[in-house]
Parts: sequence; structure tokens; C-alpha cells
Amino acid sequence: MELYVALKVIWAVLLGVLLSGLAIMVGMDMGVGALLRFVGRNDGERRTALAMIGPHWDGNQVWFILGGGAIFAAFPTLYATSFSTFYVVMILLLFSMIMRPVAFEYRSKVDASRWRESWDWVFLISGAVPMIIFGAAFGNVIQGVGFHFGWDAQYYQDESFIWYLLNPFALLCGVLSLAMAVHQGGAMLMIRGEGPIAERARRFAIGGGLLAAALFMIGGVWVQFIKGFAFTQTVDPGMPATPLGGPAVVMRTGAWMDNFHMYPLLWLFPALGVLGMIAGPLALMARKPILAWWLGAIAWIGIIFTAGGAMFPFLMPSTTNPAESLTVWNASGSAYNLGWMLVFAVIFVPAILIYTSWAFRVMRGKVKTETVVGNDHSY
Amino acid sequence: MINPTVVDLSRLQFALTALYHFQFVPLTLGLTFLLAAMETVYVITGKQIYKDMTLFWGKLFGINFAIGVATGLTMEFEFGTNWSMYSHFVGDVFGTPLAIEGLMAFFMESTFVGLMFFGWDRLSKPAHLVVTYLVALGSNLSALWILIANGFMQDPVGAKFDPTTMRMQFKSFGALVFSADAQAKFVHTTVAGFVCGSMFVMGISAFYLLRRQHRDFALRSFRMAALFGVIASLAVITLGDASGRLDDLLQPSKLAAMEGLWHTTTPPAAPWTLFAIPNDKAQKNLYPIGIPYVLTPLVAHDFTSAIPGVFALERDAKPKIVNGMKAIVALKAYGATHDPAALAEFRKHENDMGYGFLAQRFAPDQDLSKVTPSNLPTILDRAARETIPNVFVEFWAFRLMVALGVAFLIVFAFGAYYSLKNELEKHPWVLKAAMYAIPLPVLTTLFGWITAENGRQPWTVFGWLPTFISASSHSVGYMVFSLVGFALLYSAFIAAELYLLFKYARLGPGYHGATVRPVESAARPAFGQPGYAADKPWQ
Ligand code: HDD
Ligand code: HEM
Ligand code: HEM
Repeated sequence: MELYVALKVIWAVLLGVLLSGLAIMVGMDMGVGALLRFVGRNDGERRTALAMIGPHWDGNQVWFILGGGAIFAAFPTLYATSFSTFYVVMILLLFSMIMRPVAFEYRSKVDASRWRESWDWVFLISGAVPMIIFGAAFGNVIQGVGFHFGWDAQYYQDESFIWYLLNPFALLCGVLSLAMAVHQGGAMLMIRGEGPIAERARRFAIGGGLLAAALFMIGGVWVQFIKGFAFTQTVDPGMPATPLGGPAVVMRTGAWMDNFHMYPLLWLFPALGVLGMIAGPLALMARKPILAWWLGAIAWIGIIFTAGGAMFPFLMPSTTNPAESLTVWNASGSAYNLGWMLVFAVIFVPAILIYTSWAFRVMRGKVKTETVVGNDHSY
Repeated sequence: MINPTVVDLSRLQFALTALYHFQFVPLTLGLTFLLAAMETVYVITGKQIYKDMTLFWGKLFGINFAIGVATGLTMEFEFGTNWSMYSHFVGDVFGTPLAIEGLMAFFMESTFVGLMFFGWDRLSKPAHLVVTYLVALGSNLSALWILIANGFMQDPVGAKFDPTTMRMQFKSFGALVFSADAQAKFVHTTVAGFVCGSMFVMGISAFYLLRRQHRDFALRSFRMAALFGVIASLAVITLGDASGRLDDLLQPSKLAAMEGLWHTTTPPAAPWTLFAIPNDKAQKNLYPIGIPYVLTPLVAHDFTSAIPGVFALERDAKPKIVNGMKAIVALKAYGATHDPAALAEFRKHENDMGYGFLAQRFAPDQDLSKVTPSNLPTILDRAARETIPNVFVEFWAFRLMVALGVAFLIVFAFGAYYSLKNELEKHPWVLKAAMYAIPLPVLTTLFGWITAENGRQPWTVFGWLPTFISASSHSVGYMVFSLVGFALLYSAFIAAELYLLFKYARLGPGYHGATVRPVESAARPAFGQPGYAADKPWQ
């Protein structure tokens, strides 16, 4: 049983790592997509901006796919329940996301301004919408979601999807995540771009970073007034993974601060978040975009682990039947499965990091408009 | 209560999106290896034309790849969004190959595909070649892992249902990965992808030859693709036979439907039905035409085995349904009370529990505790009939696949023969056949998938979890929303893709991209003509 608990915790942390990878890498590309129409005033400039992430967006996007796959395998009941209760929201996320690969590949393959303009709008939608939804989903989960289970562990939704889209706290989280994406995307456009593109990107990125910092702090205060979730009896973390017949849970204002009171070390994460979001724009002002990018990455890690740290061990609490809230303890895979997955993660995550950085090294350097427009193979 | 309309719409959506995804996947599987082969020749011989071939076919590959990726994203989400009970029930086993696919295959393929497209000037020749091979390897590894996942649905080995967690728990990684079904599927599917890739390259080359354009380029591409195609289509037929053999052993209901067998056969004279119109309502074949003595050796690889027909299978299912209903009632009681007696009762019947889930649909209010001796016979009849997939669909999807497979072999064989004899242009019918056949292998793979997936019905996990209870508890409105959205988006995608594929295929290898005006490119010397190489068109 000891081993099982350790595996559950490791996979909860790995989930945070994967979500951070997703936020950092996909967020950056989404930021570029959202900014495309604003940093590029003409077709040549837009193609230049696209060429900066052109060789990498597909690899980056796999963080997103892997995020889904890892939740499926490591927390099957969470995958089943969250994707279904958020159905309309998820489908909107999906619709906006699947336009992006097509936009990259097809935009510059026809030399007509109507065609290209349309795809530029697609980039705006498929950059901004997913980031807002990604953040809003977090916001919803923090507030709890209305669902319960039947005898066979099938979920039943107790709340309308409209609430998931349009509730103020979720919207704040959504805008926060978009602002972070703009910061990261802008920093990337400065790293690999020059001239007017980089200048415009810089202004947006600075604004994005500062807005994110402000929203994060507002959110931090807001959470004090939100009802968090807490167990009212001791739980056995090694319990078999089932949401049925679990220990009692209460909803209490401020409960999301319990972990911070108990383990003050956790304050490190919000501190990192705020530091990254403020220092990032400062670095951009000083024209140090690489530093700013890394600070933004740290900020993302800070944000995601702040949320995770506050909620642990809750993953998706239920407002309508708190005792059936999904937690790290009751929604995970079996020990055997988590063990095998860990073996693969230990081998392949470092390998991925190595060849991804190699790919970025190979393609490094400033992208010039002349070469892009002269080269028929670029986006 | 499970709403049957929601289940049907979920099935419709999954079928449409999966079939749609698989229009693009086989070309990726096949073309990546063809690209790697062309580039290998380029690196070894240093001949520019092979680089041009790699670049040109690579561009068409890219147009196709983008939609493959986009539609793949849908697939990854759909288990969670639409099949929540399924995801909960088997996520512990089924999620694992999917996650490994991401870690091992998608990352590799997607990271290196960027370098493959954009790294020509930045990588040495051998390094670029390695990158291309890694893309090919990545796409085939992704097929491996997804088919291991699918193999589990067809033949759930390596896991066991656990009444405490109410789901299948993962027990043996080895059994999952080396499942005979998964392995047979993997080889048959990837080789089918090679058939698709070969026909694509051969057909477009034939188009140029017919129009007397890019002759040198087209002849070389044609020969390479035709040779590749002969081998691949021989392999696909052999391996398809192996898949059928497995169905005989593991999924008799699928096999009976594939062959349109209502009655158990009498070996060895039982005929192989060449043509018939199976009628599922009346449970018989209209206008059958059969060849005697062929079926038994074809399916069982001997002359003595009888092959069970639909009626026998329905009869055999009934005792399992009775047991299964007891298992489910006990399981539900155990979940509520944790009573050891209920658990013991469940254990007695656990191997048939899937059949109990199957019967749930036909019980009053979908509640098995309301089954009484008076309504039992109708429930049994309906559930037993439910265990057989739609025979008409199965019979014809399978026949079309096989017929087309044999036809491809013939086209490839003639193509390769005349190409090796340097007589291609004297036999335009081969060229025309190759050209018109371009979309057919992809269509064939879709028939194959319909055979595999329709034949698995009524189960999502064969014998354990019926499709009917696998779906999410959505409202019809949700499903209409997503279906309409997919229909609109996917139609737009296919329109854009076909437009670009035709555009770039017509422009041919002499055309170098959107920024060069067609007028200019028409003025350029074509491949193999004097002045062409000096032009350095790709720089
Ligand atoms: C170019 C494509 C192609 C061609 C020519 C064939 N197949 Fe196929 N077939 C497929 C493409 C395919 C596929 C798309 O790859 C499937 C779907 C599921 C799978 O594993 O492979 C498939 C499935 C499939 C199945 C069902 C497997 C299952 O139940 O899971 C059988 C029995 C066969 N095939 C048998 C054949 C035979 C006897 C062929 C002889 C000509 C043949 N196939 C040609
Ligand atoms: C890409 C190739 C595939 C195609 C074309 C395909 C096709 C289909 C079709 C036609 C159905 C509907 C069957 C019916 O309802 O009668 C279906 C159902 C389904 N398939 Fe596949 N399939 C593919 C691969 C897979 C794979 C690899 C998996 C799993 C990893 C999978 C999982 C499912 C599930 C969960 C359903 C829904 C439940 C059901 O209706 O049985 N499919 N598929
Ligand atoms: C026989 C069935 C399948 C095979 C052989 C297969 C194979 C592939 C291949 C080769 C690609 C590369 C891109 C392209 O298509 O051009 C791809 C993309 C993708 N597939 Fe499928 N697929 C199958 C079904 C599925 C299913 C059922 C899922 C859902 C889990 C899925 C998820 C994905 C995803 C997420 C991508 C995008 C990956 C990327 O960004 O590179 N596929 N698939």
C-alpha cells in the first residue's frame, strides 16, 4: 500500500509537470497565433512571425495530447468525468484547436489575400479561445463542479454548461492564462524576430505579463472567499480507486488555504509565479527576451503548482455530492499501471526534452522576412 | 436511464470522426517510408532528382499530414467526452498504450517532422536522412500503440474486472502488448498504409506520364512505388488472412457476420458465399451465390472444422445472459452493502457479467432487478439477438475490402512489370488504372475498419462492456451541437485539402510554391530537361 500511495503522489506531481509543459509550450504558440494579426501588419510580416514557430508547433502540441493521454491512463475516472461534464466547453476547445494545424499548413499555400486573411482569423481564434478555456476549466475545478455518480461509477452532470463558461472566477482564470500566453508568445517573437515585429510583440508581451500578475494576485485574494473542500475524517491514501462510498467532505470558505497553513513551504509557488510575471516584463523592457521567456516559464510552473498545491489531494471536487469528489486517492489508476507508466515516463520524458532542445538549437537564430518570403517552403 | 438516441449519436460521431481520421493516416504511414526510401537513394547517389522527388512528395505529404494531426486531436479527446463509462471502465489498461503513444511516438514524429520540412539547409545530408527515418518510425510506432489499444477492445487480455473499483484493472503489460489480435492488426494496418502510399505515388506519376510531363521524375517515382506496392499488397493479403483466422478463434460472431453464415456449416462442402444480400430482419441471405468446398479451408485452414452460424451463437449466448444478469444484480448489491455474500454470488458468475450489462438495456426501466419469470424470455431473446453484429454491413464491407485488395495487386503487378521492361507508355491502360485507383486503397482501409469495428458490436470491450452502456450521459442537444460542428469543420477541411492536393499535384514537381507565379514556373525547364539542374529550384 505504501508503494501505491507514493505512485499516486508521483503521478499527481507528474500531472502538474505535464500541464506546465503544455502551458509553456502550447501557450507560447497560441500566444503567437493570437498576436499574429497585431504584430504583422502585412503578409510578409505575418509569414515571418509564423516561420518563427513553424518548425516547432507540432512537436509542442504533443504536450497537449500527452496531457490528455496521461490523465486518461493515470487518472481514468478524472478523464472520464471531467471531459464529459465539460462537454460543450471541451468541444469548443477542440473545434478551435483543430483548426490550427490546418491553418499552419494551408495558409501560405494559396497566394490570395482573402484566403490568407481568413486563415489569420483562424489563428486568432485558435490561439485565444483554447487558452481562455484552458484557464477557465481550472477556474471551474477550483470552485467545484456539479456532478455525482451512479452505482456503476457512471457520472451524472448536475449543472448547466453555461455556468462553466460564464462564471466570473473562471473568466478571470481564462484571461490570466491568455495573458500569460501573450507574454510567452511575445517573448518568442522577440527572440527570433527583429524590427517592427519584435517591437510590436514587445509591447503586447509586457502588457500581458503585467496583466497576468495583477489577475493572479486578485485571484489569490478571491480564493480566500471561495468555498474550498476538505475531508472531515481521516482518509486512507492507499484506498482502492473508486469515487463511490468515499470519506465525508465538507465545503468551507477558505479551505483551499489549509495546505498553505500546514506546509508553509508551498508559498514558494505563488511567490515564483508573481516573481516570474513581474520580472518577465521587466526583462522585456530591458530587451532580454530569452530571460523573459524563462521567467514566464517559471511563472507558469508557479501558477499551476499553486493551484495544485492548494487543492491537493482534490482533483475535481463535486459541489452537489462532495463525498464523491475526485481526488488523487480515489481517481487514480492501479498500482501496476502507474508503475509501468512511470517506467516509460522516466525513459521518455528526458529523451523528449533532449531532442526537443536539439530541434530548437538546429533552427535557432533570427528569422528574416526576405528569406521567408523568398522561400516557397515556409509557412 | 440511458437514452438510446444519445448512444446512437455518439456512435455516429465516433464512427464519422474515426473514419475521417483514417483517411489521412494510411497515407502518412506509407508516404513517410517512401520519402525515407527516396531520400536514402539521394544520399547514396547524390542525384538531385531524388531530392526533388523527396521534396515534391514531401509537400503533398505535408498537406495530408496537417489534417491527420487535426483529426487525431479529436480522437484523443473523444473517449473522455463521449465514452465516459468506457473510459472509466478500461482507462486503467486502455489509457496506458495511448499515453505511451504520446510519449514514444507522437513526440518523435511531430518534433522531427518540423526538421524534416524546414531543416534541409541546416542539417547535413545524413542527419536529415536520420530525421526523415525518425518521422517514419514515429508514425508507425503511433500505429503500433493505438492498435494495441484497439486490440484490447477486440480481445481484452491482460486485465481483470475488479468489483471494488468497478473497472478492469491492469494485470499484465506483456499480455496487452503481445496480444495476438493487436499484433495481427498492427502488421495488417501498417502494410495497408504502404499500399495507400504506393498507389498515391504511382497514380500521380501515371498522371504525369499520361500528360507527358516530368517524364524522368515520373518514371522513377512510378517504378519505386510499383515495386513497393507489389510487396505491400502481397503482404496485406497474407496478413489479412491471418486477421480473419483470429476472428474465427476469438470473435465467432464477427466471423459469422463477415461470411453471412446463419447456419453452422457442414464441412468440407460448405460454400463460400461470393454474392448475397443478407437480410438482418428476416435472418437469411437473399440471392446467394457460393463456391462449394472453399469456405472451410479458407477460414479454418483445414477440412474438418465446422464454423458456427448466427443461430447457434444466439443459442449459446442465452445461458451466459442468464448468468450475467445474476452477476450484475450481485455486483450492484455488493457496491451498496459490501456484503460478502453478494461478492461470492458475483464471483460465481463474473465471467459472464458483460452479458448481464447487455441485457440491462432490455429490462424494464433498464433495471435488472425488475426481471421476472414472465418477462425473462423476451429479454433473453432480444439480448441474444443483440449479440450479433449487423450482417449486411459486415458481409459487404469485408467483401469490398478483399475484392479491392486483389484488384490492387493486379494493378501493381502490371505496373511493376511494364515499368521494369520500360514499356509503361505503350500501355496507357495501366497508367489510367493507376491514376483512377488513387483514392481506392484509402477507401479499402475504411471498409477494413468497418469490418473490424462493426463486427465488434454490440461490444466496446468484447464480451465485457456493451457499447450501449459505454457512452456519456449526455443530452441529445449536446450531441447535435458537436455533430453539426464536426460536420461543418470537417467538410471545410476536406474541401481545402482536396483543393490544395489537386492544385499542387497538377502544378507538378516543376512548381515551387505559392510565391512563384504559375506563369513563371511554366516557363521553367521541366525535370530532366537541359538547364533544369542549374536552376536550383528548391533553394
Ligand atoms: C489497403 C487496404 C487493405 C486491403 C487491400 C485489405 N485490408 Fe483487411 N483491413 C485493412 C485494410 C486492408 C485495415 C484498414 O487496415 C483493417 C481495419 C482494422 C485492421 O486491423 O486493419 C483491416 C481489417 C481486416 C479484417 C478485420 C480484422 C478485425 O476483425 O479486427 C480482416 C479479417 C481483414 N482485414 C482481412 C483482409 C483480407 C483477407 C484481405 C485480402 C485481400 C484484406 N483484408 C485486404
Ligand atoms: C482509425 C481507424 C478506425 C476507424 C475507421 C474506426 C471505425 C469505427 C466505427 C465505424 C465505429 C462504429 C461502430 C458501430 O457503432 O457500429 C467505431 C466505434 C468505436 N471505435 Fe473505432 N475505428 C478506428 C480505430 C479505433 C481505434 C484505434 C480505437 C481504440 C483505440 C477505436 C475505438 C472505438 C470506440 C471506443 C468506438 C465507439 C464504440 C462503438 O461504437 O463500438 N477505434 N470505430
Ligand atoms: C488504426 C488507428 C489509428 C492509427 C494507425 C493512427 C495513426 C496515426 C498517425 C500515423 C498519425 C500522424 C498524423 C497523420 O495522421 O498524418 C496520427 C495522428 C494522431 N492520432 Fe491517430 N491513428 C489511429 C487512430 C487514432 C485514435 C483512435 C486516436 C485517439 C486516441 C488517435 C490519436 C491521434 C492523435 C492525437 C494524433 C495527432 C498527433 C500529432 O500531433 O502528431 N488516432 N494517428
